[in-house]
Amino acid sequence: MIRVLDPGPQTTVQDLGRVGQLRYGIPPSGPIDVRAFVIANRLVGNPDGAAGLECTLVGPRFTVEAACAIAVTGAEAPVTINGTPAETWATLALAPGDTVRIAAARAGVRIYVAFAGGLDVPPVLGSRATYLRGRLGGLHGRALKRDDVLRLLPAPLPAPRRAGPGERPTFESEPEIRVVLGPQTDRFTAEGIAAFLGGPYEMLPQSDRMGARLSGPHIAHAQGHDIISDGIALGAIQVPGDGQPIVLLVDRQSTGGYTKIATVGSFDIGRIGQVKPGQRVRFRAVDVAEAHRLRRAWQASLAAAAEGLQRREKVS
Amino acid sequence: MALCVELGDGISAEVNTRVRALEFLIQAEGLSGIVETVPSFRSLLVYYDPDQIAFEALCAGLGELAEEATTATLPPARLVELPCCYDPELGPDLTAAAERLGLTTDELVRLHAGAEYLVYFVGFTPGLPYMAGVPERIRLPRLQTPRVKVPAGSVGLGGAQYCIYSVESPGGYWLLGRTPVRLYDPEAAEPTLLRPGDRVRMRPIDRAEYDAIAARVAARTYVPVIA
Repeated sequence: MIRVLDPGPQTTVQDLGRVGQLRYGIPPSGPIDVRAFVIANRLVGNPDGAAGLECTLVGPRFTVEAACAIAVTGAEAPVTINGTPAETWATLALAPGDTVRIAAARAGVRIYVAFAGGLDVPPVLGSRATYLRGRLGGLHGRALKRDDVLRLLPAPLPAPRRAGPGERPTFESEPEIRVVLGPQTDRFTAEGIAAFLGGPYEMLPQSDRMGARLSGPHIAHAQGHDIISDGIALGAIQVPGDGQPIVLLVDRQSTGGYTKIATVGSFDIGRIGQVKPGQRVRFRAVDVAEAHRLRRAWQASLAAAAEGLQRREKVS
Repeated sequence: MALCVELGDGISAEVNTRVRALEFLIQAEGLSGIVETVPSFRSLLVYYDPDQIAFEALCAGLGELAEEATTATLPPARLVELPCCYDPELGPDLTAAAERLGLTTDELVRLHAGAEYLVYFVGFTPGLPYMAGVPERIRLPRLQTPRVKVPAGSVGLGGAQYCIYSVESPGGYWLLGRTPVRLYDPEAAEPTLLRPGDRVRMRPIDRAEYDAIAARVAARTYVPVIA
């Protein structure tokens, strides 16, 4: 059992998200940085989709009432156990009464905490992920609050593991995000598309799990910014009348009526989701075949990361 | 990964029916590699897994199904009856809308409740239906200044479109009344009530019945009328 002493600004229960509900207007939710989330689960011996926590900019402080194992990945945030610094991207064995504190991220935005066994909240529509705007899933459909109690599903304590340096992300100062242009590229002027690909764009503080709001060179429309509302894919980049892009993320609206200039590849969603407010990004266009290749490479790298963890099984 | 199949340029029942027929055919034929689909006015967004189906094969398969997607392929639609209280307190634009249309409020209510609406798709917020079938006589342009907050259950008119707000949200439609039925209830086993392709009718109710149904909805003893 885990007792929340301080939840941090926005900490939610997430698993890999719910599928099949977008046609009813319910987004998938789930972690924004899937890679960090999955590695955290593997570090504690969980299946990839076990429910854990996604924290935003600052992690929580909590105590555990029974022995358990956790792993903290994602954004670079200092972790302490009873005040003593602890490793990130590694299995941490906790004793009854231990207090864990995850401080403000020095780089990145989203911090993930996996617990051996996974968090035991009731699945809603097949998933434990929290959809905040819809007050659905997770712990009562909301972010964690002080004094919340979370239970774990039973699991054996895992062998300690550690992710190697190659498996941890590098937080670049100005990451390049790969996009496939379209579906409404024809609604923008050539100068507008050039401005978009020229960048850079600064992440705005009002960004959230629904969308990353960016500010930078004006993207000019050729013929108005409204379209007949249609479906919004993960990573779709809407450009409303103000010419500033919004990258739609895991808690996005299912449909919308603004022109979409491009779509961020699923393999780069986690990277843009780790860009801090005030930090800048650039966009680079790739074609569909290249996007598929990058996605395969992303999957292979995640699979290799799992192998790497296993090899280090006896090290720690 | 996702791709968008466009089946027409405008908003019409014919184009939208083809969109829903394509979605139905994908489910019926079990086209491999498709993860989920999102219908809207004139297009179907198709999420797919490129490990299970090559992009070219997917495009070819969807192209073939789109050819077949005619009105004849869809199964019979459900008819959902929603009680609606057309009271100026719950529908703050009722009086102004009637005046603008040159109708009495009773005539406006009769026309609005006398029509049958088709749910083109459900989206934007959970469970929000985009509906067509608004009689010509009661069509109005959207409000000049959208409201910051529209309560859930508000029934709103904007041009040829009709929607019922499923959660409290901003909105630019004329609000004629409110239904006590929840179109989205995150604590229900099936959180959303309406589905793409449903037919919807409004049943005018007075304030006392509105309050009575609202109490049953809150107690989770109300069962919506679906034929």
